[in-house]
Amino acid sequence: MSLSTPRKRADKEDPLAESDVTLEALHPPELRHHFDTPEQQLESSLLGMWIFLLTEVMFFGGMFGGYTVYRNLYPDAFASTSQFMNVTLGGINTAVLICSSLTMAMAVHSAQLGKNKALILFLVLTLILGCVFLDIKFVEYHEKWVDHHIPGPNFQYADARYFHQAQILFFLYFAMTGLHALHMIVGAGLITTLIVMAARRRFSAQWYTPVEMIGLYWHFVDIIWIFLFPLLYLIGHTK
Amino acid sequence: MTHSIVPAKVYAGVWAVLIALTFTTVAVSKLELGEYNFIAAMTIAVIKGTLVVTFFMNLKQSSSMIRLFVAAGLFWLAIMFVFVLSDYFSRGWQPLGQWW
Repeated sequence: MSLSTPRKRADKEDPLAESDVTLEALHPPELRHHFDTPEQQLESSLLGMWIFLLTEVMFFGGMFGGYTVYRNLYPDAFASTSQFMNVTLGGINTAVLICSSLTMAMAVHSAQLGKNKALILFLVLTLILGCVFLDIKFVEYHEKWVDHHIPGPNFQYADARYFHQAQILFFLYFAMTGLHALHMIVGAGLITTLIVMAARRRFSAQWYTPVEMIGLYWHFVDIIWIFLFPLLYLIGHTK
Repeated sequence: MTHSIVPAKVYAGVWAVLIALTFTTVAVSKLELGEYNFIAAMTIAVIKGTLVVTFFMNLKQSSSMIRLFVAAGLFWLAIMFVFVLSDYFSRGWQPLGQWW
């Protein structure tokens, strides 16, 4: 499909001149010159995004590893912290994130069909749900602040035996959910950018790569929460 | 476009299953199952994660190249966990037997 293969340039006439094939069809405007086809271009973007997300998996994996080690060391102390976690708010947040993943998937779906209005609508919905999640997270952090469950000099714990060990769990709680919330804030910024781009009609059914890439990122952040929720909120529920 | 468009119905179905599994995991955590509480919670989380990756992230229709990379990434994660945990467990620093 490449235009840059003029094998016999000696010919007098332009090979395209008499054919029905237009320059547009041979080289769509959204296709960068160093790619042969739009498919190849999208495939490289997808592969690059997946590799980035896999480095993120390793990044979060280190924290999950630390959690596993300490939970194994202090199983009773870790289980005792569950009663101070707000399972209702955590559960609502899980549902909110799953809904936002659906709206993000629908945004990509709309982009594929070239429906710009629907794309903007679903992106705005995703952004709103992301903000709702962060807002609920803020309420939960505030509860922890009021209860003196933030690790540090003012830390207090009901069960004196587990004072130090529970503090490790709360440290992990803030590190893991904090890093996750940071990813949500970055994601909200990225979605805002997408909304602006969509409003300027930058996307078409032929080219919507940023929507798909940021969609992948958003779903990845959702998956991290799917694992954080049972590990942090539900561990010692029965004890 | 490289892949055919997934119908919106599929997304809605996956969403419904994910929401149902969220309720399930909360409900199961209230049961007294001993160490199986942890196993159940993680099994549900893995099922949910797999659903998101397969359908929302469209791994189902992705090229074998991307699938290979995803498998390699998960394999590396497994290496990290196996080595870290085998190191901690083999030094006698922590009690073996029950760790959930």
